[in-house]
Amino acid sequence: MNKTINQKAWYFVIPVFVLVAFNAAIPLMTVVNYSFQETFGNNVFAWEGTRWFKQILLSERFHASLGRQFAFTFIILLIQIPLGIAIALTMPKKGWGVPVCLILMSMPLLIPWNVVGAMWNIFALPDIGFLGHSLNAMGFDYNFTQQPGDAWFTTILMDVWHWTSLVVLLSYAGLNSIQPAYYQAAEIDGASRWATFRYIELPKMKKVLTLAILLRFMDSFMIYTEPFVLTGGGPGNTTAFLSIDLVKMALGQFDLGPAAAMSLIYFFIVLLVCWVFYNLMMKNEAQS
Amino acid sequence: MSLELKNVEKKVGIDTHIHPTSLKLKKNTINVLLGSTLAGKTTLMQIMAGLDKPTSGEIWFDGKNVTGMKVQKRNCSMVYQQFINYPNYTVYENIASPLVITGVKDDEIKQRVGKVAELLKLSAMLNKKPDELSGGQQQRTALARALVKDSDLILLDEPLANLDFKLREELREELPKLFEDRDCIVVYATTEPSDALMIGGNTATLLEGKVIQYGKTLEVYNKPENLISAKVFSDPPMNIAEITKRGDNCKFTDNDVQWKSSAKIKDGTYKIGIRPHNITTYKEGNNSVEINGKVQISELSGSESLIHFTNGNLNWVSLSNGTQQKNVGEDTKLYMNTDEFLYFDQNNRLVNNG
Repeated sequence: MNKTINQKAWYFVIPVFVLVAFNAAIPLMTVVNYSFQETFGNNVFAWEGTRWFKQILLSERFHASLGRQFAFTFIILLIQIPLGIAIALTMPKKGWGVPVCLILMSMPLLIPWNVVGAMWNIFALPDIGFLGHSLNAMGFDYNFTQQPGDAWFTTILMDVWHWTSLVVLLSYAGLNSIQPAYYQAAEIDGASRWATFRYIELPKMKKVLTLAILLRFMDSFMIYTEPFVLTGGGPGNTTAFLSIDLVKMALGQFDLGPAAAMSLIYFFIVLLVCWVFYNLMMKNEAQS
Repeated sequence: MSLELKNVEKKVGIDTHIHPTSLKLKKNTINVLLGSTLAGKTTLMQIMAGLDKPTSGEIWFDGKNVTGMKVQKRNCSMVYQQFINYPNYTVYENIASPLVITGVKDDEIKQRVGKVAELLKLSAMLNKKPDELSGGQQQRTALARALVKDSDLILLDEPLANLDFKLREELREELPKLFEDRDCIVVYATTEPSDALMIGGNTATLLEGKVIQYGKTLEVYNKPENLISAKVFSDPPMNIAEITKRGDNCKFTDNDVQWKSSAKIKDGTYKIGIRPHNITTYKEGNNSVEINGKVQISELSGSESLIHFTNGNLNWVSLSNGTQQKNVGEDTKLYMNTDEFLYFDQNNRLVNNG
């Protein structure tokens, strides 16, 4: 076979190549570069090997923020996934209620993240915020700027408010793709509401739910803007999740080396968890 | 045991889905609901099953009024056009599911599932999940689920429509045998007249939410009460023309073709219905009459040839055996078997039914 050799075709790849280089490869390599060296400004670098990685991996500060991060992600997944499915199940399937519900559900998703943070900050302020003031008026000692428990409560509530809609919309789409005949068949069999959910709706929603959990895991694991505006990581360090801690280290303390090492470790953790999770969820799929 | 619909009517908003219908289905019978899409077959079945309530009228089962009784309490099963199985259950668990819910003992479940699986040739696939099966096997699983329960009423809603041709033929042959020794009423909805003929039993022809005729399948086919029933129960479509009868002589209104009729009917104008297979490219029967036709379309399937032709205002279909090669636009001679003509009066009722 005579292949036509035309090296000009490479020119067509150049735009994508440049784009990917500038938005992914080059910044990432800069971080890799910083993570192995010490810098004193003025472009003076000294080789440090894996010192920063060891330092980060052994530091209590990193362990603490990683722990907080996992706790936060775990809690919001635990709330948002069941809550999202529950809301999707109660949403109307036809009539004027459908667009109303869909629009209402999409609203929180359309609000810029820092606005969400600012909104909840004002909403929850103990003296003038509606939530904070009401809680205090009801006799609860609520102050999210000073009490860690309240700060966590507010952050989680904010995230649930902001992101449950995503799970709802995905679940709703999954539910709507189930043919009515399935429900009739279950009804004829005499299956209970729970059995119908467990053996028809849940398996049929498997794919969208996998997607929902993955998206919510990644987003919540990388959360920055909203808690930064709401609590700024405080009080103390109690709501300093990984990304907040990272920014503090990189820009607050200007520890570029350790911060770069931490970025890479952070990145690999996200990658690893997503990979493991995806493979577990899709295991059955692969068998068939 | 019998299922009786008494003046059942179903309205949704201002639309009437089922006009008042009375129908009595007897024990140990297969009953075909034959009609095109939107004829009301599915609605009628859902009312029979109790999945849907009639707007008015009553449903009696086994001498009891069961109108409004929930489907769970009725001991019926249903198979759909789509292959409906529990997605993450194995074939075994799927077939066993109605028994598990009603609390049958494990040993008995095992034995009954095994028996039904064998009947439906699923024994080798009991441990597979539905999405690992072919469409035919998935539908067999759904059928097995319906059979394992010993229902009083088994409803099959176009169960073969989503299968490819070969599987459809195969399953269609097996179906009547599956229900042979069962103490139940089977209702089978289909759009295909050939399904009804192969399944036998009784047939109800439906059009636009009305039951046109109900009776033994062959009787409904050979002696349709009226023109509508004849049309519903004919595929390819029935050829219809107006004729006049004077004594023994009959003549088409639209052309000069004449024949002698032995039908004992008064002189006058009638409509006749001729099934496509009674117009052939060769003579059939002792009283065949020639008709000229201009070929419009010619479809050969190997064993049969469909030739669409025109003669003046008539636009007809003929069905002959074998491959009858005709060119489009060609003038050809065809033969009508006049013994098989169906004569309808001005009210569309069959008159030569003696």
